[in-house]
Amino acid sequence: MKILIVGGGMAGTILANNLARRLHGELRSGKVKLTMLSASERHMYQPGLLYLALGRMTPDELYRDQASLLEPGIAFFVDPVEEFQLDQNRVKTKSGTVFDFDILVIATGSRPVPELIPGLAENSETFYTEETAVKMFRKLQAFAGGRVVIAMGVPHKCPMAPLEITFMLHDYFKDRGIRDKVQLHYTYPIGRVHSLENVAKWAAPEFERLGITYETLFNVKEVDGAAKVVKSEEGSEAPYDLLISIPAHRGMEVIEKNKLGAGGWIPTHRHQLTMEGRKNVYVIGDTTNLPISKAGSTAHFEAEALGENIAAIVKLGSPVRDYDGKVFCFIEAGKDRATYAMFDYQNPPDPKAPTKAVHWFKTAYNKLYWVSARGLL
Amino acid sequence: MSEKKVIDARGSFCPGPLMELIGWIKLANVGDELELLSTDKGSAADVPEWVHKVGHELVGVREEAGVWHVTVRKAK
Ligand SMILES: Cc1cc2nc3c(=O)[nH]c(=O)nc-3n(C[C@H](O)[C@H](O)[C@H](O)COP(=O)(O)OP(=O)(O)OC[C@H]3O[C@@H](n4cnc5c(N)ncnc54)[C@H](O)[C@@H]3O)c2cc1C
Repeated sequence: MKILIVGGGMAGTILANNLARRLHGELRSGKVKLTMLSASERHMYQPGLLYLALGRMTPDELYRDQASLLEPGIAFFVDPVEEFQLDQNRVKTKSGTVFDFDILVIATGSRPVPELIPGLAENSETFYTEETAVKMFRKLQAFAGGRVVIAMGVPHKCPMAPLEITFMLHDYFKDRGIRDKVQLHYTYPIGRVHSLENVAKWAAPEFERLGITYETLFNVKEVDGAAKVVKSEEGSEAPYDLLISIPAHRGMEVIEKNKLGAGGWIPTHRHQLTMEGRKNVYVIGDTTNLPISKAGSTAHFEAEALGENIAAIVKLGSPVRDYDGKVFCFIEAGKDRATYAMFDYQNPPDPKAPTKAVHWFKTAYNKLYWVSARGLL
Repeated sequence: MSEKKVIDARGSFCPGPLMELIGWIKLANVGDELELLSTDKGSAADVPEWVHKVGHELVGVREEAGVWHVTVRKAK
């Protein structure tokens, strides 16, 4: 049986390693072949970008060689897929190679698309790529005071990032001794400061306590760089001296080009993680159309459920469990305090007051991630 | 021709039903209808509020077996 994983990010890597362990015997005997195709020979720990933008991590700390993260037995090629020929059970890559599959898993992730909003890319700082995070770091260092506006597009990966960057900027400017010269103004697309009601209930008074102003029902329509104003779909305007944005995201272009899903989001069964209408094609990580957080933890829990199911298909002929919508997100509440939110399709989160202990656990996780990617944690 | 798209946001706590709608409406064409399914009763209030504020059209809100169906037409 040929299992093909397209994408070597969080979801693809955790799944591949999980399967390599579960199907160790089958891989050795040649009964199963496990192949991964990716677009990069490096693996980035994307959550580190938040720290990079604030000078608390350096670019080299974000990367490992992808091959070094994979269990023996996984055939790995840096050769991005260009054509998904699902009716023929095969894909065609950039090099022109054709890979057949019995089971296909698509885990190509998502990408920020600031270009969708007029003026956004040219006039805002963002930390969603290495290049822009380094640029933001320099811009922050040179910033001596003024009005900082935080604005975001929908959807975006890592739904905690808007709150985290805001709380961390508060401490960043405080540490530099210029907090009194900086006005922090947070905007959010819906009618409260975070999509999770319990998180919003905690964050809004926290903003007030720290002197951070906020405006809800604010969806960025355009940025007027000359006048230094962000305009919202709802008709309001936010003047800024420094604009920090989290751009809206889309799935990868290859997904749209192959007509697998509008916006690059593939219609996915919420429990089985199959692509709608297909029995042997699965989708995990950011590229699903599921109404859950686009986050590494989502990718992780989906990969674990799918790993168990694919191994069961090989050994028993059918899947054995459902994915329950589980997500776990840390929330940095400043430079040295954090909390977390855990929830699934049935149960909302109930975040506790931030503590130093949770922050230190997140700091440890920034290193432990590499163990997690290997499928050991 | 305009189509109707169903957005299944049942059990969505984060990003949540309204955020799902905001994301998907951007991908729709003017005139398209989007039917949002939500298990959060707050959607019956916060979705219409946003739709009116931005200037889209609210086609209808109904509840069926604990699921709110909020239908919106993209107006611009
Ligand atoms: C600033 C920032 C902070 C974040 N913080 C957190 C956090 O604190 N907690 C959390 O849980 N999550 C966080 N995330 C989100 C998390 O990083 C993503 O949700 C996660 O990486 C998604 O995993 P994925 O495997 O779906 O996609 P990715 O990890 O992006 O991987 C996609 C893979 O697909 C490959 N690929 C792309 N196109 C092709 C192709 N055509 N053929 C083959 N391969 C292809 C890429 O090379 C890559 O290997 C953060 C993200 C950012 C940017």
